[in-house]
Amino acid sequence: MNAPQTSGGKLLEAVGISKGFGGLSALSEVSIAVRRGEIFGLIGPNGAGKTTLFNVLTGLYAPDSGEFHFGGARLTGLKPHEVAANGIARTFQNIRLFANMTALENVMVGRHVRTRAGVIGAIARGAATRAEEAAIADHARRLLDYVGITRRAGELARALPYGDQRRLELARALATEPLLLALDEPAAGMNATETVELKRLLEKIRADGTTLLLIEHDVRLVMGLCDRVAVLDYGRKIAEGPPAEVRSDPAVIAAYLGGALA
Amino acid sequence: MDIFIQQLINGLVLGAIYALVALGYTMVYGILGLINFAHGEVVMIGALVALSAIQLLVGSGVALPGPAIAALGLLVAMPVCMLLGYTIERVAYRPLRAAPRLAPLITAIGVSIVLQNLAMIIWGRNYHSFPALLPATPRHFAGATVSDLQIFIVLLSCAIMAGLLVLVHRTRLGRAMRATSQNPEVAGLMGVNINTVISLTFVIGSALAAVAGLMVSAYYGVAHYFMGFMLGLKAFTAAVLGGIGNLTGAVLGGVLLGIIESMGAGYIGDLTGGFFGSHYQDVFAFLVLVLVLTLRPSGLLGERVAERS
Amino acid sequence: MIGEWGKLRRDPRVAWIAFAALAVLLLALPFFADWAFGRAWVRIAAFVLLYIMLALGLNIVVGYAGLLDLGYVAFFAVGAYFYALLASPQFGLHLPFWLLLPLGAGVACVFGVLLGAPTLRLRGDYLAIVTLGFGEIVRIFLVNLNAPVNITNGPQGINLIDPIRLGSFSLAQTHTALGLGFPPVYNYYYLFLALTLAVVFVSIRLENSRIGRAWVAIREDEVAAAAMGINTRNVKLLAFAMGASFGGVSGGLFAGFQGFVSPESFTLIESIMILCMVVLGGMGHIPGVVLGAVLLVVLPEALRYLGPLQQLLFGKVLRDPADLRLLVFGLALILVMLLRPSGLWPSATRRRELSTSPDTAAGKGG
Repeated sequence: MNAPQTSGGKLLEAVGISKGFGGLSALSEVSIAVRRGEIFGLIGPNGAGKTTLFNVLTGLYAPDSGEFHFGGARLTGLKPHEVAANGIARTFQNIRLFANMTALENVMVGRHVRTRAGVIGAIARGAATRAEEAAIADHARRLLDYVGITRRAGELARALPYGDQRRLELARALATEPLLLALDEPAAGMNATETVELKRLLEKIRADGTTLLLIEHDVRLVMGLCDRVAVLDYGRKIAEGPPAEVRSDPAVIAAYLGGALA
Repeated sequence: MDIFIQQLINGLVLGAIYALVALGYTMVYGILGLINFAHGEVVMIGALVALSAIQLLVGSGVALPGPAIAALGLLVAMPVCMLLGYTIERVAYRPLRAAPRLAPLITAIGVSIVLQNLAMIIWGRNYHSFPALLPATPRHFAGATVSDLQIFIVLLSCAIMAGLLVLVHRTRLGRAMRATSQNPEVAGLMGVNINTVISLTFVIGSALAAVAGLMVSAYYGVAHYFMGFMLGLKAFTAAVLGGIGNLTGAVLGGVLLGIIESMGAGYIGDLTGGFFGSHYQDVFAFLVLVLVLTLRPSGLLGERVAERS
Repeated sequence: MIGEWGKLRRDPRVAWIAFAALAVLLLALPFFADWAFGRAWVRIAAFVLLYIMLALGLNIVVGYAGLLDLGYVAFFAVGAYFYALLASPQFGLHLPFWLLLPLGAGVACVFGVLLGAPTLRLRGDYLAIVTLGFGEIVRIFLVNLNAPVNITNGPQGINLIDPIRLGSFSLAQTHTALGLGFPPVYNYYYLFLALTLAVVFVSIRLENSRIGRAWVAIREDEVAAAAMGINTRNVKLLAFAMGASFGGVSGGLFAGFQGFVSPESFTLIESIMILCMVVLGGMGHIPGVVLGAVLLVVLPEALRYLGPLQQLLFGKVLRDPADLRLLVFGLALILVMLLRPSGLWPSATRRRELSTSPDTAAGKGG
């Protein structure tokens, strides 16, 4: 069921990441390494610090200590837009779409980081700008098709049904041509059928060359999709390895109080 | 040194007035997250209503001591302002609780304009002079002059602020108010009637505004339909300076701003070799505002108002 | 019926006809207005154009980028005083219009960046207050910078500003062409019309561009916008700078047209008026903003007729219409916000937004 273990080198390497908020330690010395081409899962009970780690890795927070490198470049402390330019794109736990823009426009915004036209270009609208605009729209349409919501192109993002909104967020993130796609609970709120479709889509994305890092609570999805998994609990990493191993790790079971993973 | 003490005292008095108005802003912001743009106009209405009542009493030749007349004026102005505050919230803010944040800000501006122009229509464009109700004999203190009025303003303000703090921290209503400002949904689930608490917040703030209005016009000897604008802006600055949403902060901010303004006005001529005069006084408040918001947006006593992710 | 209308809207020939009709209307407007309502209304038309430019400038800041600027009039003032100081007896300088207008826009642009750089990371309400303070600071300086060195001539303002002159063609003289007479106010109208069309053009281009989308993305969700690679700080600064430069252009035109500037023209009420044109007209929607500007300039003028109307109805004037003007205005603000918060003419997407329930996503499945 899992894709064969890829022998890709390390794409993302985070070492000793710590982050606290006003006395509360959200992350303590967390280190993970994601290999090129793999699907890496980040799991743990609620409040374990998974989203906080995401926020550090995508530049929303600066870590109190620790470093992380991506594709050889040091990304610690860079701002979110710089992180995106370096090739990490993300989706959000609570879906953050541009509500009053259409689905197509949402994905077109995703192309911002890979395009160049500025104010002068916008006003003058010479041949180069027009070509770029056409390419942006075209690329966006193809991405909508890729995730399966072509028919929603002209609809407002806020009017879309939940499942399509999640797909739209994916398409928008893919528009930035990321090397690593960081997904925060992509299957939240989905039923079994939708989750299977999502799994297929994520595998397709990986097959097409994007590495995936995801936070997920859905056990079946994690087991069936991830090559490796890291478990966080109270801000610390307590286990790491292939899902089958991690699931039987006593520390992990204790963390979940013998619940979900059994 | 004389100037220093004098300006300090003036600053304290001014600060007391700012603090009273700032409390109104900070309470509403704490509970609704909204800048009540129209609050300054409520102060103005309070001043003008009180003035009209006082003029009526004085004109009718009634033999009452000055302070009693002032108190009666306040007794008339307070209910008017409280009703006004209540109406503003019901009509202009409550229907827009779910709307994007721009909408209530714009209605607030609209209410502000309406109140200003209503006042202009009712009381005219002229400056109305406030009769001297307290003895004007100045007392001397550490080389500076203090008037009875100044002492009265500071004492009354302190009393009111103390009363408010007791209300907020020692009564059920106060607990309800604090709960609502922390988390309205949960407070509602705990049995707090949110709408009542919000209305009461506006009403209390407006009562304070009435007092402040009376004080301002007594202090400057004049009331005018446009007086609310600058005062409101400065009081809001004071609230932000102290940490918006924080009552003690509003008091602290008010006093500080009053002192900064007084000191600034007193010394600016010397400091800039005569280039800038004391008519730049108003600029101080704005400069303070810009500096505080740029360097320390949470204010002196406020919580970190970080951009939520 | 609806289908017919839809087909009509998309027919390019119909678009051309409508366009041509509009062009004829705009070109003939001064003559018509003069004939039907009097010369004063041509002047009002010129002011409408001026305010359309201002409103479109603020539309970039508030409508597209969602940044609440309550001190926009400061850029208008900068543009106006820049022109006034360099083309009047104040310093004895009389620089030409074609030089001063773009320079004035540039200076206003710089002010925009100066204001924006420290403040753009503030949250909406705070940004509003800070920009309001900035507008007031500018006005206070304009009033007081007359001593010890007289720069702005204080509350009296600067008059005898050079009228606008394009080469040897002075707008302040009556010219004849095609057998018709063009008095100064007509000339200014046509100049303003040309520039307004340019501003509309630039706005349309910006709206449908990468930058325009970035602005709207920031307005909708700044965190997500940054995550998609948008440098939010710079893009917001760009909005401020562009808006400010439109204000600067209008300011220069205003100074040349009016021949006189004083701090009284640049009060907070002006900022609020321009904001209302944007918000009431339809935020982020160019036709709506234009409509807002037209309404908010024309209606107060029309309200002057309240005097004679009251005379007619009640036999005497109960209240000077000038007093009522702002009152009605404030009431209109409240009513529109309560009843139609997206404005009188919102964009098509906004209208759709009004008809879709925000709970759709939570309710439905796949």
